[in-house]
Amino acid sequence: MSATTTTSETTTTIEPQKRRLRTPYFQVVASLAWKDLRAEARGRELVNAMLLFSVMAVLIFSFALELDRQAQEATVGGVLWVTIAFAGTLGLGRSLAAEKDKGSLDALLLAPVERSALFYGKMIGNFLFTLAVGFLLVFLLTVLFNVNLFRPVLWLIIVLGCLGFATTGTLVSSMSVHARAREMLLPILLLPVILPIIISATRASTALLTELKIEDWLPWIQLLCVVDFVFLLAGFFLFDFIVEE
Amino acid sequence: MQYSESRTRNLRWLTYASIGLFVISFWMIFFYVGPEQTQGEVQRVFYTHLGAFFGSFVLFVTALIAGIQYLRTRHEKWDDLGLSAIEIGLVFSLINIVTGAIWARPIWNTWWTWDPRLTTVAIMWLSYAAYLMLRAGIEDPNRRRRFAAVYSILAFSSVFLTIVIIRVRPDTIHPVVAGPTSTSEGIEGEFAMSDRITTTLLFTIFTYVVISITLLWHRIRLENRGKLIQSRKMKLLLNA
Repeated sequence: MSATTTTSETTTTIEPQKRRLRTPYFQVVASLAWKDLRAEARGRELVNAMLLFSVMAVLIFSFALELDRQAQEATVGGVLWVTIAFAGTLGLGRSLAAEKDKGSLDALLLAPVERSALFYGKMIGNFLFTLAVGFLLVFLLTVLFNVNLFRPVLWLIIVLGCLGFATTGTLVSSMSVHARAREMLLPILLLPVILPIIISATRASTALLTELKIEDWLPWIQLLCVVDFVFLLAGFFLFDFIVEE
Repeated sequence: MQYSESRTRNLRWLTYASIGLFVISFWMIFFYVGPEQTQGEVQRVFYTHLGAFFGSFVLFVTALIAGIQYLRTRHEKWDDLGLSAIEIGLVFSLINIVTGAIWARPIWNTWWTWDPRLTTVAIMWLSYAAYLMLRAGIEDPNRRRRFAAVYSILAFSSVFLTIVIIRVRPDTIHPVVAGPTSTSEGIEGEFAMSDRITTTLLFTIFTYVVISITLLWHRIRLENRGKLIQSRKMKLLLNA
């Protein structure tokens, strides 16, 4: 929303007395996300670790919970979201720590662009990586748990859940990256804040997979949308305060 | 902050008043109000339960306001207020959870259940506990204050969720006492309140709010004392 309006403003009102031209908001977001994707395509250190971790987590789950058919349908939603949350936390820890350690975070902050655009740029990168884990799990759980996860509504839940997770995660990991024991602090800070997302996504997935009525899972999806929206707004307002130096 | 004789006197009176109110509310809970019709004697724990919730609620709202104010003004006193409010709020919240479990054991036949209300309260407690972890983990004092303020705003989403969850999921078995709900006839364990119960309840809530404000004041005072000692130590070291 705000991205499009800012773009049109900056492109239409080019006045001669305006000395510093800002890069359009949307372009900042897109180029930052594109940078993350390209770096990932070359190095593949984040996604590989996340995917491998989630494969192992699912194997442990499927080994530990050797269940009958009905119980599998009831637990697969939980397994899906617990794995996404832990694998996602793993990725988030690296994503901003790499920026900070290489000093590129400072360079990004020096650039004359909106700070919130940097936030959304990083968020999109994290979102796509988490989403990759989510969709890998769809295949993996279908095979290992013998429950059909190829349902468009479930995919919608995964997209919404990963969006909320990446938004909150980017916000919280940009704080924890400055802490002394950041690898330890990130899950402690992140998990309580993302629990509303994880709970509503898990409840919605489980209700969907156990063939409950629409009234049983729709409220959870609605709650998920509200929480996503709130955290997207919170990122817009709060990221400035986190990164200012 | 400067030491002031009159402020100390006011705080002393407020402390006496809270102790007095606490004694009276205990007397009301155990002697003034009778046992509840269906739940019997165990229902008496409910006054403390709700009182402690209101205490923690007031404190967490204070922490939210302090967080916003800190980010706006960058004055250290707002950070002290936020930290003090969250520390005491955690204690009140714990009292709330423990008394709830004591009540739930005979009534629901379990200490704990993953009911929406209980889940969100657990999230709330964990969020604020994480706030203290965040503070402990960051060394630069300016950055610590800023992050703490941001996180206290984020953590307040869990308080908000605790309050709205029963509107999203009306299937909670937690009794809804404060405020009307759209589906109040369908909720189990709801109890009609007699005059004496209402009086005791309101008095206990008032007592706990007063106690939370008193403790908050004491905690901020303690913080100020600590800073004063620090600055005097520094002065002494520089002179020596």
